[in-house]
Amino acid sequence: MSPDIFIKATPIVLQGLQLTLIITICSFVLGQILALPLGLARQANSPLLRWPAATYTFLIRGSPLLVQLFIIYYGLGQIPAVRNSILWPILREPLYCGIIAIALNSAAYMAEVVAGALKRVPKGQTEACISLGISRRHRFTDVLLPQVYRELLPNIGNEIILVLKSSSLASAITIMEITGVARAFTARTFAPFEVFITAGILYLAIGFAFTFLFRLLERRYGITGTRTPAPEASA
Amino acid sequence: MSAILTYLPHLLQGLLVTLQVAAGSFVIGLLIAIVAVFGWNFGPRPLRWFISGYVTVVRGLPELLIIFLVFYGGTVLLSGAFGTYVEVNALTAGICALSVVAGAYLTEILRGALLTVPQGQWEAATSLGLSRMTAFRDVVLPQMLAYAVPGLGNQWLVILKESALVSIIGLEELMRKGVIAAGATHSPMTFYLTVGALYVAITGVSTLIIGAADRRAARGR
Repeated sequence: MSPDIFIKATPIVLQGLQLTLIITICSFVLGQILALPLGLARQANSPLLRWPAATYTFLIRGSPLLVQLFIIYYGLGQIPAVRNSILWPILREPLYCGIIAIALNSAAYMAEVVAGALKRVPKGQTEACISLGISRRHRFTDVLLPQVYRELLPNIGNEIILVLKSSSLASAITIMEITGVARAFTARTFAPFEVFITAGILYLAIGFAFTFLFRLLERRYGITGTRTPAPEASA
Repeated sequence: MSAILTYLPHLLQGLLVTLQVAAGSFVIGLLIAIVAVFGWNFGPRPLRWFISGYVTVVRGLPELLIIFLVFYGGTVLLSGAFGTYVEVNALTAGICALSVVAGAYLTEILRGALLTVPQGQWEAATSLGLSRMTAFRDVVLPQMLAYAVPGLGNQWLVILKESALVSIIGLEELMRKGVIAAGATHSPMTFYLTVGALYVAITGVSTLIIGAADRRAARGR
């Protein structure tokens, strides 16, 4: 190991930082947006909503993200209808495919968590709302959702770390984010330890920053005393 | 359809390698975790710091990065040791990397399970004259593992899926066989869907087995 290469590797690895952050944040936000309707559907009374949502989460959670990424990036192009559709300019780009695949994956895991939180909301609250004459819409937006999301803050903080780690898979579809540039630089310098350790430190720093941010959010908005223990890995 | 049938034997061969990688990493990871949990609870303070550092750092790193570090790093180390270019076998590198990852997550799972074993078990075991090591191995550990079955099962599913990442360093497991077939036939959609279905099948069967194992482990509780 030479300190020289560490110094040389730092700016190179930092080149990937922007893409890693773009992929992480976009996939995370998109995943969270999709997770709510999916989670609601998982908990719905109608089997017409429940079954498709259950099938979706089962299939996504049952197969590797890498397969899903390849289906979207390499697979969809095989279908002429996709190539001729207006979506093709998006699905042709590895960056968009990476973001979509990671978001769809994250949404499936998050939907299960959301569904679980919805299930834990006491029945009495619905009854209380009805007896107070609160409309269905406000029951949902002002009573149910704030509770669910305040309770889920630790899980959401955990999910963004998982999405950050997943973003490294984007290097498999030619995107030069941190892992991608690190691998390319290793091939040139033959100094894997220096380069990958630098990349690893960068990932830890980003993860630490996200954790810190969510600690602040939790302190501000979290429900005290309900802090769920860190969930197990769910990659 | 006929293309799938032609390549199906290859895919199934790959599936076997996937199971090897996953099972190897799971078993080694579990051994690492058992030692780490014992060290975390009874070891000297520097060892505790080391173990908690290991768990925190590994859980914060992308698995793919760890695989690359072990594969390329191992190649450099071996080449240096032998003086010529020696490439690390992808199977070994994959199992090593995923064992390190699984070890960290399993340590967390076992630590949680250890807390569920009542303190009285330790007291009873030590008052019967068992050493701390024997008490841990013969009394506490079996109970701990029984409590940990759902967590261990979940980690098994995670490793099964993570093992697909080893395809990126060229190991011909299920995913890699799929990539090869997709390239040879120019029908990526067909083969990635088939590969995905095979993964879903093994995780589905695993889920059933884990459920049965948990019911068995929880009997009398």
